[in-house]
Amino acid sequence: MTTSESICIEVENVTVAYHNKVALHGANLQLRTGSIYGLVGMNGSGKSTLFKAIMGFVKPVTGRVLIKGLPIHKVQKSSLVAYVPQAEEVDWNFPVSVWDVVMMGRYGYMNVLRIPRLKDKRVVRESLERVQMSEFRDRQIGELSGGQKKRAFLARALAQQATVLLLDEPFTGVDIKTEKTMIDLLLDLKQQGHTILISTHDLASVTTFCDQVILINRTILAYGDTSEVFTEDNLSQTFGGAISDLSLNKSQLARSPKEAL
Amino acid sequence: MDILHWFTLPLQHEFMVKAVLVSMVVGVVCAVLSCYMTLKGWALMGDAVSHAVLPGVVIAYILNIPFAIGAFVFGVSSVIAIGYIKEKTRIREDTVIGLVFTGFFALGLVLISKTPSNIDLTHILFGNVLGISDQDIIQTLIISAITFVTIAILRKDLLLFCFDPTHARSIGLNTGMLYYTLLSLLSLTAVAGLQTVGIILVVAMLVTPGATAYLLSDRFDYMMLLAIASGVLSSVLGTYISFYLDAATGGCIVVLQTLFFVAAMIFAPKHGLLVRMRQKQAAA
Repeated sequence: MTTSESICIEVENVTVAYHNKVALHGANLQLRTGSIYGLVGMNGSGKSTLFKAIMGFVKPVTGRVLIKGLPIHKVQKSSLVAYVPQAEEVDWNFPVSVWDVVMMGRYGYMNVLRIPRLKDKRVVRESLERVQMSEFRDRQIGELSGGQKKRAFLARALAQQATVLLLDEPFTGVDIKTEKTMIDLLLDLKQQGHTILISTHDLASVTTFCDQVILINRTILAYGDTSEVFTEDNLSQTFGGAISDLSLNKSQLARSPKEAL
Repeated sequence: MDILHWFTLPLQHEFMVKAVLVSMVVGVVCAVLSCYMTLKGWALMGDAVSHAVLPGVVIAYILNIPFAIGAFVFGVSSVIAIGYIKEKTRIREDTVIGLVFTGFFALGLVLISKTPSNIDLTHILFGNVLGISDQDIIQTLIISAITFVTIAILRKDLLLFCFDPTHARSIGLNTGMLYYTLLSLLSLTAVAGLQTVGIILVVAMLVTPGATAYLLSDRFDYMMLLAIASGVLSSVLGTYISFYLDAATGGCIVVLQTLFFVAAMIFAPKHGLLVRMRQKQAAA
């Protein structure tokens, strides 16, 4: 199964530190093309640092990240990695429409003045259709429901035609219908050979549609097939507590210490 | 006196023709930039940079080089200083900003007081558009042209940078370059605004038109047009009013701008206080 072509992202011994504090230590990963990875860990466990490393936003102290065998700085210009932000990271009062946001996914393909060509418009239209957001294309983004907001940003990632999708807590504040639409879409994208990484607290969602799971706590504790890795032992190691506490007191999880931040 | 007459009469004076022209140009350029300042949340940064350019302006005067160059150097270095102190100490950003720009400004004051020249502090602090020299007009026009062309080219990239810098970076835009571009334009425009309303009030030119337009529109293009309209209208009308009342030009312009903002705050069709009140009543 692990021929070199089927590996999409390689993280080799990556250590990242901010102000001499280590946020991620000696991370090693080989992520396969056409898989959905659930990235599971507490706040401050290094999830967002790993995302930043994969996007090439932080320079590792040691190690390197390769995407399709190429170093990050060569990949960045080609819009290969798309990031879908958490809802709290977005200024929803910003004077842009859904259409404008999705079109931002195309900037990497446009000339300096970012004037959309027919193809850009077509891709944006198709992306909106795929997330069932066409009817809202002219809405200002603040006028959307929680689920519609998520779908708008997912459409932007689609318009970007990236092969790697990073989703940060995609299911918080999302209605059941949107969650289902998004999961169907993600499974669809997986079929088409996308590599999808989803950071989440929501352990239930991991088992339902992530075929792979990565457990992280300042370093990669374990990763691989969900059925093998998603065990009580591993999880208690990830969250530093017993799994029974975990399932009972999910609310406590959210309040766990933010050490690395 | 009929309205047309009110506008044409002062134009018999050459200085008024120049003043109205400069006010108009500065009004447009500041308004354009103010949209980005408002959306990026850089009002405090605008205030800091516009004050921090003072020593640069004085040194440029001493060396007999264009003000814009000195302003540019000191505007950008103030921001670098802010970033450095914030990163290396435990002091909060707003404190650092307050600390750095007043330090720069004070340095400027010392330099002016020790410079044996006819450099007029009040003109720098409060503007002197009614007595603007031809040299200053040319400089203002050049700065305005640079700002205008840069924004015309980078309009969408800058907007994306304000909206979602993470995405901008992930698709390969040079966000560091965009950051320093916006910053440089801010420093340059501060010099242009200095001619009309002076260093102290220039931040109003760089914030208020954008804020007014932001309340009136949910689309960036309309926001830009509305900001330009309110910026030009207040600059030109303010110049006229200051002529008739024999009052401080900068003061007149900024008071008008503030009145425009208050009007927008109350009467804006979607985000105005009146509409909100009516919506509340309807809901109750």
